[in-house]
Amino acid sequence: MLSVNLAILIPFLAAILVPFLYAKVSRKHIGWFVLIVPIVLFVSLARYIPSVAGGETYLSTIAWIPSYGIHFTTYLDGLSIIFGLLITGIGSLVIIYSIYYLSAEESLGHFYIYLLLFMGAMLGVVFSDNLMVFYAFWELTSISSFLLIAFWYHRKRSRYGAKKALLTTVTGGIAMLTSFIMIYVMTGTMSIREIISTIDYGHALFIPAMLLLLLGAFTKSAQFPFHIWLPDAMEAPTPISAYLHSATMVKAGIYLVARFTPIFGSHESWFWLVSSVGIITLFWGSFNAVRQTDLKALLAYSTISQLGLIMTLFGIGSAALSMGAGEETVIYTQATFAALFHLVNHSTFKGALFMVIGIVNHGAGTRDIRRLGGLMSLMPISFTIALIGSFSMAGLPPFNGFLSKEMFFQAVVSVSQSGIFSLHVSKVLFPVVAWVGSVFTFIYCMIIVFKTFLGPYQPEKLDHEAHEAPAGMLISPIILAVLVVGIFFFPNVLGDYLLRPAMASILPSIELEGMIEPISAWHGFNPALWMTLGVIAVGTLMYLSIRRWKGIYSLLPENWTLDNLYNNSLIQMEKISNRITSFYMTGYLRSYSIYIFLFFIAAVGGTLLFTGAYAFDFAGDAPISVYEIVLVLVMVAAALAIPLAKSRVNAILLNGALGYSMALFFVVFRAPDLALTQLVVETVSTALFLLCFYFLPKWKKEETPRRTKRTNLVISIAVGIIFVLVALSVRGGKLFDTISGYFENAYELAGGKNIVNAILGDFRAFDTMLEVIVLFIGGLSVYTLIKLKSTKEEQNLEDQ
Amino acid sequence: MKINDVILQTVTKIVVFIILTMAVYLFVSGHNSPGGGFIGGLVLASALVLLFLAFDTETIMKRIPLDFKMVAAVGAFIAVATGAASLFLDIPFLSHAYSYFNLPVFGKTGLATVTIFELGVALGVVGVVVTIILSISEDV
Repeated sequence: MLSVNLAILIPFLAAILVPFLYAKVSRKHIGWFVLIVPIVLFVSLARYIPSVAGGETYLSTIAWIPSYGIHFTTYLDGLSIIFGLLITGIGSLVIIYSIYYLSAEESLGHFYIYLLLFMGAMLGVVFSDNLMVFYAFWELTSISSFLLIAFWYHRKRSRYGAKKALLTTVTGGIAMLTSFIMIYVMTGTMSIREIISTIDYGHALFIPAMLLLLLGAFTKSAQFPFHIWLPDAMEAPTPISAYLHSATMVKAGIYLVARFTPIFGSHESWFWLVSSVGIITLFWGSFNAVRQTDLKALLAYSTISQLGLIMTLFGIGSAALSMGAGEETVIYTQATFAALFHLVNHSTFKGALFMVIGIVNHGAGTRDIRRLGGLMSLMPISFTIALIGSFSMAGLPPFNGFLSKEMFFQAVVSVSQSGIFSLHVSKVLFPVVAWVGSVFTFIYCMIIVFKTFLGPYQPEKLDHEAHEAPAGMLISPIILAVLVVGIFFFPNVLGDYLLRPAMASILPSIELEGMIEPISAWHGFNPALWMTLGVIAVGTLMYLSIRRWKGIYSLLPENWTLDNLYNNSLIQMEKISNRITSFYMTGYLRSYSIYIFLFFIAAVGGTLLFTGAYAFDFAGDAPISVYEIVLVLVMVAAALAIPLAKSRVNAILLNGALGYSMALFFVVFRAPDLALTQLVVETVSTALFLLCFYFLPKWKKEETPRRTKRTNLVISIAVGIIFVLVALSVRGGKLFDTISGYFENAYELAGGKNIVNAILGDFRAFDTMLEVIVLFIGGLSVYTLIKLKSTKEEQNLEDQ
Repeated sequence: MKINDVILQTVTKIVVFIILTMAVYLFVSGHNSPGGGFIGGLVLASALVLLFLAFDTETIMKRIPLDFKMVAAVGAFIAVATGAASLFLDIPFLSHAYSYFNLPVFGKTGLATVTIFELGVALGVVGVVVTIILSISEDV
């Protein structure tokens, strides 16, 4: 079987190949080649299903930075395989769809590269066992989704949406990184599996780490109040929206919660935070979805709300960990089961709906429900798919959404009846909010179907005559719609092979045998069924009378939205940073040097003073020879002469004299390598100086006030003194291990007689490699700064 | 005013070869005696700088039609790639190996993968130094 580590890398390798394909293959067919990647991955992951269902897990490690415990470790278990299958499965369908959706004029090469990057990053997230690797992939999903959302980057809205998504998710990502570091401090390991067994609930960092981790999860999964980025991200092409926002990226936050439930889940605040944020999001998302007129925006809010639902279930399910084995545990394990079930269901029906909306947009030229209507006879297949998807989302039989929705109702009802976490105080809160949210869910689902496909057909409002999509575009949504129905009739196939194994990963300490009954469509007249019937009745009434009560949306003040808060805080941030920047960016090199030196004096001098690091010991020093005294005298003379020089060339040459004397010092101390380097660097930098100074105006004596001169003198002397102090105390301090120990076995280990190079190239090659890259970036920055100065006109063009 | 720099140009023509030979020598001998990628690259770059100083940049760029940004990029790539190569052999990042071979002309010679890494370093240094000097000198 294909190793999971390799499976993660395949999309990245394929992404490298795309530009070559792009040059060779006709643009139209490039998608078919890319399609091979997710299909191969899907099949190879699917082959793991039987053994994973049997309780097997797979762990494979490639050492990366062993000294810090960072390994490229992948862990394949029940939880990660569900996500892996969704990523590759929906990924394949999205690629098929995109082949027909995007015209050949688009820059398809970029599109598929970003898509493959995203796919690889998502696979990395769900299979990584190492916190740092997890984080790296996590941020890569943010970056690649940024590129995807901004695919039509010439549109202002696309750029705005992409930036918003990136800012929100990366902020959460950094919070998550902080949490990971705290977890590392608490447990001393980077491996998630090891953390589960070693975490200490009483640690002072436990709660902060949990809060920061949840911040990462909530921003990624667009939970209230961070949901504002998701509707704007709809500026992406529809295949991307279907992929990112139905199946994968937004579910990364859910995955994070599920994955870390064994670590934090037994704490009361985890239960409260996850379930209450989830249920607020469920309500707020569905409430706002109803007012949308753009179908895609409507779906965006519905995704937010559905993610809230899944989040709530995971929150409720986490209580199983603190309850231990008991009668009540059944409720919570079933909630977790429902969460996983709804996760899969949501991917199927929401993916299908997004694709149908894309088809409607394609066929009718608009997504505005005020202009649409009566498309049923013109687009019968799309209508059927939309009907299946929407009714499933509304929780109606015979579609898979009904099953998981019933389990959701069951969970909120039973959790409010149990006495845990002083929940009896707000006994009715969970069921009521869940029920109201579901009513609104029902209403917007009806809007999708009936406003688009029924009612009067208004051709005069459309740009062109509406028509059914080409067959190729219908393949993917049809497959998803078949799944929606198929899962309803055979839910236990999914339950036994995928969902049950995943339970073991989320609730490792619970004995799951016999806890979860098989999923059944008919479960008797219980509260959940009554709630569903109520949703249908009230929802239908409210849908029919929507004009009467739509006024409540205008009750909310226009300016009091989270979107406004986001926009204003961006503007304010820009203003403040502008003010701060113009305070210190005076345009005078003199001031900059003063800032730098003052900071240096304060930081280094202060450290020396407060830590008492200035310890001198001259006892073991070698005698000072005549050469050294002469060299020092030369250097002192050169240094003193620089401020007195009459022309620039003289000053540069004197500076060069300083550098060459330094090189001579290295010669005297028998360090030929350093001497050589110093000589060449000095030569090149003198030449550079001469070049730069050639363009400066003539050197003239500056008339500076006496006070400035005096301050400058004081600063320069202070800098000099601190340098001397540092140089002297460096020998005394033993903060870091000395690297000279490497020379003892340089020849045996690296085969080199030149120990300097053996250290640079072998033992500390990582430093050298990074230095080369830094050098490269530095060179590029100089080049861009000088060469690519844009003229005024070009700047105006860019602003559009 | 045209400056007459015949002497500088004549000397440069000869000296550049000496410097270049020196650069290659330094690079190759780096493993066992003073030298190595960084210094070799710097010396090579200084030869180029000398050429640019003695003749004008257009003439030299016509003779050496290299995009030095690319040189730097290739250098950085090689340095990273040698590290990544060890991952495929399931050994820690940036592990090096060396061995002795009997080559036809040189006799018994030690060859090390470090040399490839150092080649990356050298190219990076040459590319960056020349890029910086060229861009500053051309900016008027």
